[in-house]
Amino acid sequence: MSAQEEKKKKKPIGPLIVMGAASLALYVALLMNQDIVNNNFAQGGLYAFLPILTAFIFSFVHGNFTGHFWSAMGVEASKKKKEVK
Amino acid sequence: MHDVAAQVSNFINLDVANITYLFLVGFVGGLVSGFIGSGGAFVLTPGMMSLGVPGLVAVASNMCHKFPKALVGALKRAKYGQVDVKLGIVLGISAEAGVLYGAHIQENIKKTFGDAGSNLYVSVAFVVILAVVGIFVLMDAWKTYKSGTTNEEEKVTKLARWVQSIHIPGTMVYFKSLNARISVLFTIPLGFATGMLAATIAVGGFIGVPSMIYVLGAPSLMASATELVIAFVMGLGGSFKYALHGMVDIRLAMIILGGSLFGIQLGAIGTTYVKPFMIKVVMGIIMVIVLFSRALMVPVYLSQLGVIEQLADGTVKMLKSTSFAIMIFALALGAFIVLRAMWQGRREEKLAQQESLAQSKA
Repeated sequence: MSAQEEKKKKKPIGPLIVMGAASLALYVALLMNQDIVNNNFAQGGLYAFLPILTAFIFSFVHGNFTGHFWSAMGVEASKKKKEVK
Repeated sequence: MHDVAAQVSNFINLDVANITYLFLVGFVGGLVSGFIGSGGAFVLTPGMMSLGVPGLVAVASNMCHKFPKALVGALKRAKYGQVDVKLGIVLGISAEAGVLYGAHIQENIKKTFGDAGSNLYVSVAFVVILAVVGIFVLMDAWKTYKSGTTNEEEKVTKLARWVQSIHIPGTMVYFKSLNARISVLFTIPLGFATGMLAATIAVGGFIGVPSMIYVLGAPSLMASATELVIAFVMGLGGSFKYALHGMVDIRLAMIILGGSLFGIQLGAIGTTYVKPFMIKVVMGIIMVIVLFSRALMVPVYLSQLGVIEQLADGTVKMLKSTSFAIMIFALALGAFIVLRAMWQGRREEKLAQQESLAQSKA
C-alpha cells in the first residue's frame, strides 16, 4: 500500500459527518430559540450554569468536528516534531 | 439584579452579516491564539461593541468563548507534548486572583474618573506594557534570527537561571516545562500580573507567555501552549462571574467559538511545523502594532478628560476608526505569518519525504 493510499484511508470521514451534524444541530437549536435562550441564560444566579454548560457542550462537539475537519482536509501535525525539547 | 433585565434587552438582534463577521473574526483570533496562546480578544471585544453590543456584555461574551476555545487548544497541543498542565494551573489560579483585583481597580477608576478615565487607563496600560514587552520579545527574536541559531534549542535566560537556582523551603515545585524546581513565590506574582493584564486589556498572554519564557525559563512552544491552560482557568472563573449577573450573551460567544475552534486547531497544528522563535516573532509583531493602535486613542481620552484641548468630532471619529483598523491589521498580519510559516514547514517536510523516498529507491 502506498503512503498516499494509507493517508486516504485514515481520513476520519465517519466521525466528521457525525460530529458535523451534531454541531450543526446545536447551532440551529441555539439560533432558532434565541428568545428562550436570552430570557433564561441571562437571569443570573444559579442560571449562570446554563451558559457555562452550553460552552462545554459546544466545545466538545464543535471541537471534535473542527479537529476531524482539518484531518479530512489533509492538514495534520508535522510527523517530525511531535515532542518539544 | 436590576441591571440584568436591562442587559437582556440589550442583547442585539443577529442577522447573517453579524454572524458571518463574528465567525470570521473568531476564526482569525483562534488561529493566532492556537499559535501564541493568546490574542484575538483585543479585536473581538471592540468588534462586538461596533455591532451595538454593550461593553460589559461584549467583555463577558468574549470571555465565555475564550475558555472553551482555550480548552480545545490546550488539549490539541497537549497531544504534541507542549503543555505543562501543572504550571498552567498554578499560574492560572493566581491569574484568577489578578483578574478579580484588576476588575476591582477598573471599577474604582470608572467610578472616580468615568468612562474616559477608565479607557485612558486601559490604553496607557496597553501602550506601556506592549512597548516594553513587545519590543523586548521582538528584539530577542531578531537576535536569534541574525545569529543563525533558529534551529538550536532555546537558551535559558540569566534571569530564569537565577530564579531556578533560588531554593525557598516549603515552596519548591517541579515543573516539566522548566525541567527544574522553582519556588511558587515566583509564579504567584507572574500569574497575578497575567490576570491583571487580562482584566485590563483582555489579553493576559502578553505578560504570561514572555514571563514563562524569560523569567521561568520555559521553551517558547511550551510557554505558548501552557498559556492556553491559564486562559482556560481564568476564562472559566471570569465567565461564571459575569454569568452570575446575566451578562453573557451565549449566542455571540458560541458564534465566535464556531469560527475560533476552526482557527485554534489550525494554529496548534502550525506550531508543529515552525521554529520556536516564530512564536516570539508573531507575538512581538502583534504587540508592537497593537501598541500603535492604542496610542492613537490616548489623545481622544485625554481630551474627553479635559487634560488637553477638545478634539473635533471628525478627528475623534478618524482616530477611532484608524485605531480599530490597525488592530484588525495586527491580527490579520499575525494570522498571515502563522499560515505562511505553516505552509513553508509543510512544503519542506514534503520535499524531505520525497527526497528520502527517491534515495531509498536509488
